[in-house]
Amino acid sequence: MQPTDIQNPSYFHKVVDCQWACPAHTPVPEYIRLIAQERYSEAYMLNWDSNVFPGILGRTCDRPCEPACRRVRTEETPVAICRLKRVAADNKGDISRFMPRVPQQKNGKRIALLGAGPASLAVARDLLPLGYEVHVYDKDAKGGGMMRSQIPAFRLPVGVLDEEVDRILDMGVVTHFGEEITSMKAMLDQEYDAYFIGTGAPRGRELELPGREQVADQIHIGIDWLASVAFEHIDKIEGKVIVMGGGNTAMDCCRTSLRLGAESVTVVVRSAFEVMKASEWEKEDAMREGIPIINNRPPKEFVHENGKLKGVLFGCVKPVEEDGRLKYVPTGEPDVFIEADHILMAIGQDNHCPWIERDLGLQFDKWDCPVLDDVTLQSTHPKVFFGGDSAFGPENIIQASAHAHQAAISIHLLCQHKDLKKDRPPQGVNLLSTKMGMHEWAYDSEHDPSVRNIVPLVEQKAALANVKVEVELGFDTLLGAQEAQRCLNCDVQTVFSEKLCIECDACVDICPMDCITFVGNAEEPKLRLKLTAPAETTDQDLYVSTDLLTGRVMVKDEDVCLHCGLCAERCPTNAWDMQRSVVHIPQLGSFAE
Amino acid sequence: MTFVAKPKAHHPRLPLNEIGLTRRDYEGSVSTLCAGCGHDSVSAAIVQACAELSIPPHRFAKVSGIGCSSKTPSYFLNKSHGFNSVHGRMPSVITGANLANRDLHCIGVSGDGDSASIGMGQFAHIVRRRINMLYIVDNNGTYGLTKGQFSATSDKGSTSKKGAPNLYEPIDLASMALQIGASFVARSFSGDKSQLVPLLKAALHHKGMAFIDVVSPCVAFNNHDGSTKSYEYIRKYGQNVVNADFIAEHEEITADYQPGTVEDINMPDGTILRMYKLDENYDPHDRVGALNYVQRRKEQGEIVTGLLYVDPDAIDCHDILRTVAQPLNEMGELELCPGNSALASINESYR
Repeated sequence: MQPTDIQNPSYFHKVVDCQWACPAHTPVPEYIRLIAQERYSEAYMLNWDSNVFPGILGRTCDRPCEPACRRVRTEETPVAICRLKRVAADNKGDISRFMPRVPQQKNGKRIALLGAGPASLAVARDLLPLGYEVHVYDKDAKGGGMMRSQIPAFRLPVGVLDEEVDRILDMGVVTHFGEEITSMKAMLDQEYDAYFIGTGAPRGRELELPGREQVADQIHIGIDWLASVAFEHIDKIEGKVIVMGGGNTAMDCCRTSLRLGAESVTVVVRSAFEVMKASEWEKEDAMREGIPIINNRPPKEFVHENGKLKGVLFGCVKPVEEDGRLKYVPTGEPDVFIEADHILMAIGQDNHCPWIERDLGLQFDKWDCPVLDDVTLQSTHPKVFFGGDSAFGPENIIQASAHAHQAAISIHLLCQHKDLKKDRPPQGVNLLSTKMGMHEWAYDSEHDPSVRNIVPLVEQKAALANVKVEVELGFDTLLGAQEAQRCLNCDVQTVFSEKLCIECDACVDICPMDCITFVGNAEEPKLRLKLTAPAETTDQDLYVSTDLLTGRVMVKDEDVCLHCGLCAERCPTNAWDMQRSVVHIPQLGSFAE
Repeated sequence: MTFVAKPKAHHPRLPLNEIGLTRRDYEGSVSTLCAGCGHDSVSAAIVQACAELSIPPHRFAKVSGIGCSSKTPSYFLNKSHGFNSVHGRMPSVITGANLANRDLHCIGVSGDGDSASIGMGQFAHIVRRRINMLYIVDNNGTYGLTKGQFSATSDKGSTSKKGAPNLYEPIDLASMALQIGASFVARSFSGDKSQLVPLLKAALHHKGMAFIDVVSPCVAFNNHDGSTKSYEYIRKYGQNVVNADFIAEHEEITADYQPGTVEDINMPDGTILRMYKLDENYDPHDRVGALNYVQRRKEQGEIVTGLLYVDPDAIDCHDILRTVAQPLNEMGELELCPGNSALASINESYR
């Protein structure tokens, strides 16, 4: 294998599994260390810098970081990263002194952001400190988009949402709320310097089955119904409720129904439990509240009598694996009838931009998604950019933040008449030694074997009585400190200097995880098998040195390294050093540094 | 010295040996020796060898004297029997242990000071008596614990860290062991586990006195240009003559050695001692030849390593003394002390 180039910003970034998995590349280990030091405001700001909504995400994030966490590979359960983010948000002090200054004197460029959801707000946050005049349009009277309309208050309190939305609006956004946009052409005629479309995926999917027309007023589209609850147009639901669908919206619908007085709530899913789209923990939350989830039951008919809904007829299928894909075949059992007074349909949503005229030079693909450059997020109209769910279909808030940073860079380059690709700022990496003395490191190197802490919940009776009572209490500072200790500090890297190595084997002998081997070089697949512990996780890199005096190379399997620093402690010549890697992901104005 | 304890966590796919233990179950506490000390590699090699042999840790007795080397039994086989004895007196204690329980695997760890100076007499006599044990000398040619004076194994002309030359002839413990009755003699290097681990396994299976002289560099005081026991020197002038490997009956042969002559010796317990001769002219069954060879190569500044001599049919001290097969510690008081009448009848037999 070729020697590893540790100057490549991606190399050590990839070792920080959580940061690599996070679409916005939040520097997770660094903010967890700040929490351990009780520096909650700084931890919050580090988050705010990269993901813009730490308080909101600390409650609602899809957490791509957690399944990626190295502890899954070393000890099964990941660090509760999302809950630690909430600890930072809940305990932060006055952060106004950290806020970026927004110049009074504007730079003369006007930008329109359509939709006031997370994507647009994040673009506004990035552009405002550079002097842009930012206009945000939304049909709702308040900002927040789907974070306000689709996430129930028992998961995301309105106060938390308002605080983080207002923080951005107060930076000087010109709001045009309550104005529904009906024509993109009319928008373009206003001659903004650039447009960002962050209108989400606002159309809930329909299910055309017999009976749908006749009982339309008892069948509701999940996201629309949640929005009506959020804006307090609906405050109760009576009788028996069936929620159809297996995603997070379905989980929010069933739990909301339970709180609004439904006699019974049942979730019925077409597919198997294991392949439901809802996050594991959201399924668990629903089941803990006593809501049954019935799987492998595709709906056949809405049964009604005298214009009143009676229930739904479901077929019975079972999953069969065919060529690695799940197929559903009828079991032969008779159809099942489930009584219902209301149906909430949460079977997916689509982006939908009927207000964009199709003759403006803005192309859409066959799935009705805009044709975009996936780096610059520029559409086929040079002044129009997309981000969030409206770009590539429904994803999540953290992805919206990530899109926003890229779109903001593109808009900035466009306004400076620069090339959106060639002039894009590059990524970088800084490596700083953490050695402070003979055996002192600037991070807590000791490995903590304790298991993941469980988040305390509000008493269930109180939770179910009120749709606005937040169910999760979050970690207090003590639990937060305990959980923070579980972090392996994967951003403190084992850096090897060939010239200093005397090949004494001290690092090999001390490494608790058998990560290090001195061996004759070979091609990667062969080398992986030659190591002390064969490196079977092929998506984790091998760190390979140049040739040493004995003709061998040092090979470190990054897979299960605990970053305990013992290799560096036991190294007599400092050939190993523990160095903190700071990955620089380009972003307009980085405020936390 | 390391202050951080070695985490209990281990590689998720760490292999289990035949008795269901991992290599980590054979470790000791974290070493307090200097970082990079060769002795730690020797300890790691012992851990690996014992784990691979699938011998339960409590079937080992580890005994040592005084010195850096003699601290190391703390750093391997936590769950075995151990005794850290007086300077140079490991042989006496391990003789006692072996006499009391002949079924234990005895590992004595000593150093060049402990064996070639203060314990010279003890070393010579335990070898003569052929105690069934593995005698390891962590040989770094310096008194590391007292800041780097020459030891009795330092080569004449090699220098101290400050540059002063050694004026005295060295004692070669491997040659002495050859001369006075060890039935398994080897020399190895702490920095070469591929050679050392198989040697340790073969030695632990050898019945009789197995002696291994391990050149184990002292990074703090004897790893400089004038040293003949530095990592660099031994890598340059080490001459491997015979690689040995221990092969259990059912084991597949996976050793990755350079081609040469292979000789298998069937051991009494059904295992195989496999020898890979890297020098065609070397005969590991010829004690006198081995002595000559080692000395001649030494004259040329080379250090002969590998399995120097083995006598697979060797006898040990229990054979010489014709002791009973049952370990003495398993016998009751009546059997061990049969009383006055038994003594009287023995005395009577000499009248």
